[in-house]
Amino acid sequence: MIRGRCWKLGDNVSTDHIISGKYKFSAIDSLDSMIPHVLEEVIPGFHEKVSRGDVIVAGRNFGKGSSREQAPRLLKIVGVSAVVAKSFAHIFYRNAVNIGLPVVVAQRIPEVSETGDIIEVDLESGVVRNVTKGFEERISPFPREIAAILKTGGIVEYIKLYGAPPWLGGTG
Amino acid sequence: MGFIDRLVSRVVGRDVSPGDIVVVDIDAVYAQDGTAPLVIEVIEKELGAGELLAASRTYFFIDHSAPAPHVAAATVHREMRRFCRKWGVHLYDVGSGICHQVVVDEGIARPGMVVMGADSHTPTIGALGLYALGVGSTDAAIAIAYGRQWVRVPPTVKVVLTGRPPAGVMSKDIALSLVGELKTDGMVGRAVEFHGEALKCISMDSRFTLTNMCTEMGAESAVIPVDEVARQWLESSGLTPFRRVDYNPSETQFADELTFEVGRVEPAVAAPPDVDNVLAVGEVEGTEVDQVFIGSCTNGRLEDIEVAARILRGRRVHESVRCIVAPASKKVYLEALRRGYLQALSEAGCVVAPPTCGPCVGAHMGLLAEGEVALATTNRNFPGRMGHKDSKLYLASPATAAATAVEGKIADPRKYLQG
Repeated sequence: MIRGRCWKLGDNVSTDHIISGKYKFSAIDSLDSMIPHVLEEVIPGFHEKVSRGDVIVAGRNFGKGSSREQAPRLLKIVGVSAVVAKSFAHIFYRNAVNIGLPVVVAQRIPEVSETGDIIEVDLESGVVRNVTKGFEERISPFPREIAAILKTGGIVEYIKLYGAPPWLGGTG
Repeated sequence: MGFIDRLVSRVVGRDVSPGDIVVVDIDAVYAQDGTAPLVIEVIEKELGAGELLAASRTYFFIDHSAPAPHVAAATVHREMRRFCRKWGVHLYDVGSGICHQVVVDEGIARPGMVVMGADSHTPTIGALGLYALGVGSTDAAIAIAYGRQWVRVPPTVKVVLTGRPPAGVMSKDIALSLVGELKTDGMVGRAVEFHGEALKCISMDSRFTLTNMCTEMGAESAVIPVDEVARQWLESSGLTPFRRVDYNPSETQFADELTFEVGRVEPAVAAPPDVDNVLAVGEVEGTEVDQVFIGSCTNGRLEDIEVAARILRGRRVHESVRCIVAPASKKVYLEALRRGYLQALSEAGCVVAPPTCGPCVGAHMGLLAEGEVALATTNRNFPGRMGHKDSKLYLASPATAAATAVEGKIADPRKYLQG
């Protein structure tokens, strides 16, 4: 079970917001050097304020824009344990699954949540809770293969463990 | 069932429906110097792959920071070259051009293919009647290593373009007007398929702008089934379909359908801070700009350079503006050179840059300082996209960009294109 403090964001948070292209291209191959710039224009000092296990709760179209996979990777590196949003941009969604960052679609939780609330994401039983507000929302189960990838911690870990991606014969 | 479901059904040998998750052979995979470094890392370090089943249909492009503006980029480029030599992956090096244009120029992307590109504007090439999916680096790495990937068949929205674009209105204006209406999340989880009589007078160059901008509505993919315009273009380019797909749109049930009258479209501008903040050019006319950029995978094709040259020929770029023009590929560059467009632009005071994504992604070749304002033919105007976080970026067509370069402030191009 995932449990952490909520960071509440709005609609249309882009991968440029998460990590600006100019840092990606000035430090083109080093994730660590980009850490200070994660979400910096949205939440100044985010990389220092965020704690391991925290959950981002956002509105529509989270992760829109550039395909840069550094965006979900950096969120995971700084400690974000899941992103709950009303909808996701499809590339961000695939990237997040691939690197083992749970991405959860929920409609009401983003409406009721505020920064600082305690959020729980229970992928096994398919529930997201705002513990602070005493509110719970059921979420659609992931397709079997995606659930298996998230459980293993990402597609690379899955392949290392089972020899191939789940859809190409790797069974876990 | 839209074109993409029919194509995927053909590929997997059974009927699929929107929402189905299926595994498909990927006919071509590509990545660029923003996404390739992670592809390399995943393949060589994380997966430790022993062979790459799709190496011969994998293409790397050095286009985002090309030529290398700093040592970090140079190092990445060196790694990409080493990787391509080692694994037999095709490399398009510095100066070749922007991936989405080069795959078209080189006949890598052909009708009926399933293509994955590690770049969000991969749907651009859907104008060739293929299924183009933008992905991230790990997805591309797995497609390269295994030759196959999973896709979720997207529900398709039919967009019918009616009427005829007025003089001075380009497909960028149609695309921006669509984004303004549908908003940046209007097509999340869906694919866009274009139809309608207006397509008869929209060239292939212009079509790639339409499909390109579907990314800015959140569309997973965009497609224009091959029609007479595309057939003629394919023939003149010496290209044949990769795979034939039996498809009859009139027998198709789409997830949604909307009609858009292009005869009423005006030159459009997306004002900061987002692509759906779309206004008629008249509403922002007179806004002073410091820089104009004409290029990118959205509007760096021959037709775009041609209209800029037509407007700027015999005129001068305004003294307070620097105007940068970057043809999207070497092929476009050479043809624009041969036709005298680049000379006209250079004589007018433009800086003609090599093919590169550079300014669009804030990588190099024309960044903005604090407080500066630019108008560009690119696809995103997010804060800080082209430089300092407190710079401002307006998006428009190449015609509007050229008129703006002449006047030093946002200008309506129609007065330069009468008769």
